[in-house]
Amino acid sequence: MTDIGSSRPAAQAFELVLDKGESRVAEFEVRARSPLQKLQHFLHANPTAVPAIVLLLSVAAFGFTVGSRFLSMFNLSLIIQQVTIIGVIGAAQTLIVITAGIDLSVGAIMVLCSVIMGKLAVTMGLPAPIAFVVGVAAGAGCGVVNGALVTRLKLPPFIVTLGTWSIFFALNLWYSASETIRSQEVAKIAPLLQALGTSVNIFGARFTYGSFFMLGLVALIWFVLNRTAFGRHLYAVGDDPDAARLAGIQTDRILFSVYVIAGVICALGAWALIGRIGSISPQAGQTANLDSITAVVVGGASLFGGRGSIVGTLIGALIVGVFRNGLALSDVDVLWQEFAVGWLIIIAVALDQWIRKVSA
Amino acid sequence: MSAKPNVPGVTPLLQARGLNKRYGRVTALDHADFDLYPGEILAVIGDNGAGKSSLIRALSGALVPDAGEIKLAGMPVAFRSPLDAQAAGIETVYQTLALSPSLSIADNMFLGRELRRPGPLGTICRMLDRKAMQRIAREKLTELGLMTVQSINQRVETLSGGQRQGVAVARAAAFGSRVVIMDEPTAALGVKESRRVLELILDVRRRGVSVVLISHNMPHVFEIADRIHIHRLGRRLTVIDPKAYTMSDAVAFMTGARAPIEVAA
Repeated sequence: MTDIGSSRPAAQAFELVLDKGESRVAEFEVRARSPLQKLQHFLHANPTAVPAIVLLLSVAAFGFTVGSRFLSMFNLSLIIQQVTIIGVIGAAQTLIVITAGIDLSVGAIMVLCSVIMGKLAVTMGLPAPIAFVVGVAAGAGCGVVNGALVTRLKLPPFIVTLGTWSIFFALNLWYSASETIRSQEVAKIAPLLQALGTSVNIFGARFTYGSFFMLGLVALIWFVLNRTAFGRHLYAVGDDPDAARLAGIQTDRILFSVYVIAGVICALGAWALIGRIGSISPQAGQTANLDSITAVVVGGASLFGGRGSIVGTLIGALIVGVFRNGLALSDVDVLWQEFAVGWLIIIAVALDQWIRKVSA
Repeated sequence: MSAKPNVPGVTPLLQARGLNKRYGRVTALDHADFDLYPGEILAVIGDNGAGKSSLIRALSGALVPDAGEIKLAGMPVAFRSPLDAQAAGIETVYQTLALSPSLSIADNMFLGRELRRPGPLGTICRMLDRKAMQRIAREKLTELGLMTVQSINQRVETLSGGQRQGVAVARAAAFGSRVVIMDEPTAALGVKESRRVLELILDVRRRGVSVVLISHNMPHVFEIADRIHIHRLGRRLTVIDPKAYTMSDAVAFMTGARAPIEVAA
């Protein structure tokens, strides 16, 4: 090889027949696909399509069976109010699930932060903004604990957050002395904490500031996930951590920060929670943990990481809200609401598995 | 450049001396040396477990050796992570390809070195310049004759093995200004696609970038390599000229069936 730059490799004997073969390299074979395969491909390429279709169908179904009581602007806006907490906590959960993790402590962080904000502002008389900032810092602190255990001790996120769920919840009971701060007291001393409960009427629909806050948060997270390097790195880490590391991504730093961000979002969820229920109770938001995971999964995210979207989670939360609300208006026993939500989860995951089997 | 085992008077582009790496009781690198000259294709061959991968990981920043030194164009360097090596112009195509299946081709090519929008959108909002990244990715793939894919925004998981390999090679070729390291680039490919990758390697060299090729495929190695580095038991056994030796000589050296006559400097 003395003439670098001009030499083209002469094909070896066994490769000479290649010239007689097709000259195309790695081109797409156009196979005839059955309609079902086409659907599978479409859903694979558009992960939020499934939850969006399910949402439309369920709204249509309840609209048909329940009628105008369900379809009224007031009721539809009420559903949005009802899913505010799940939407916010689900946003935190989405970020974690994209990295192939799971956070079982989100609900406990939220309640702990709400109790801290309430105690400081109402019981101890600190200015409400300071109480709010301390509460958010506490949420970040909980995230630091989760993130450090996951990235430093390399423990599975499921186990870490199962443990911190109990720990944070116990701290919450201890700090609150299991006492509820009444809504009137909060309104009198620290109205800022209830700010997200303020509502406005728009054409018969009633929205709280909390609903707008949730939508704003979803928009912000959409931007971060899709338009910033950090967001792309979250997907890469969830997809294949080794590949991400070799591409130069500091995977531990990404993972750590995602738990801290989730903690902060949970603290903001605490603010929305106080706005929604008015009072501050250490027993509030008990279902937020599992509801957030439900919203994420029904929204089309994969618990194996690398797949999921914030819009999907919002739609997932709305689907759950529509089912609960629609069944309640149909005068169906509450137990059937749980029954339906359970099936929703299983069908969503089964559908995800089927879509993932799509042949390349 | 003549293909002698070592070229006197030319500073190696990438050089390693006495690299050591131990994992517990296992020695992966045992005082390993390495020399890569400007504009050459150096093949690295060796039996399984000879420490080829550890050597390559040390040169690409994915592994920090316990001892030894690495010089780039005569200057000592210490790579703590793949980012350091990338910043120095050394790109690696790993055997696993190191691609993120659920991200698009463009996203993958710029993974870890994304371009941001100019102005406050980029500095304050940290917004990505997707248009520029898509354009450059398309250019690079076209340059390498790989733009048979439907769209630059296609997810990598929808690509075939050969196309994925193409994306990984294009990423390395696009950013590797000095050295491109390829670990078993043809191992998972069909005959036709292997041929394409060999042409890509020659393309990369034609642009003045040195190539390190790790391969088990002797015909490919003897066909395109300027020199062959034979690795055995964690260190460099010798460097041979592919025109002066046969494939069976090389196999005899790397398996220890025969000892090389001259000793690598």
